Amino acid sequence: MSKETETPQAGTRSVVIERVMPHPPEKIWRALTQSAMMAEWLMPNDFEAKQGHEFKMTWSNNGYSGVIDSKVTAIEPHSKLAYTWASMGVDTLVTFTLVPEAGGTRLRMEQSGFDPANKQALGGAMHGWTGFLEKLETVVGKA
Amino acid sequence: MTTAAQNQIQSEVFRILGDPTRRKLFERLAREGELTVSALTVGSKVSQPAVSQHLAALKLAGLVSDRREGRAIHYSVKPEGLKPLVNWVEHYTQFWADKFDNLEAFLNKMDN
Repeated sequence: MSKETETPQAGTRSVVIERVMPHPPEKIWRALTQSAMMAEWLMPNDFEAKQGHEFKMTWSNNGYSGVIDSKVTAIEPHSKLAYTWASMGVDTLVTFTLVPEAGGTRLRMEQSGFDPANKQALGGAMHGWTGFLEKLETVVGKA
Repeated sequence: MTTAAQNQIQSEVFRILGDPTRRKLFERLAREGELTVSALTVGSKVSQPAVSQHLAALKLAGLVSDRREGRAIHYSVKPEGLKPLVNWVEHYTQFWADKFDNLEAFLNKMDN
């Protein structure tokens, strides 16, 4: 389940995804904050669970590769983790919150701070461009 | 930057990449890295002056940059030039849905 919402911050948008997972918060917290585990589901990284820690995440796809520059801005064990996310000149903030629920944990991720000037609907102009756009996405991540 | 200005840049990027020859040149640079005009002409169906003209148009649109070395001009892509084309919210909505799928699969494998 995922949905988009407007953030309280005027003029920016967010991506929100929220799922209830049948695992305790402590376990999910480990997957979110241990570098080797993050690499398993997110990206290779040099994350450390320390306030202010600066780290990089790297990805590669079809021979292209890219780096995401990040910094830990909030860390509250088993409940909240936030880091900045800078890629391709787009600077956003990623915040995970964990809330225990019967039988599991409600995990929410919000990536906020998208500048509306960069969210143009591509619309009709994109007709027939699908294959090219897929390549673009891999190139875009290279910056 | 205003939305109107952003829209204008976006339609300019579309116009520039709308030409199949230019798009091919751009794709080659994206795939192969920095190349000279003559390297780009080889394997292209148009003349070297035509390739140069297309590259100049790509440069004007902020999609490539150039570097002179002796007589040769080397071109490379400027990925940030594509920024106006990407719908970031849509891109990341899909990205996180995929990552959450990965996370759930990973949690199922993890020891408690």
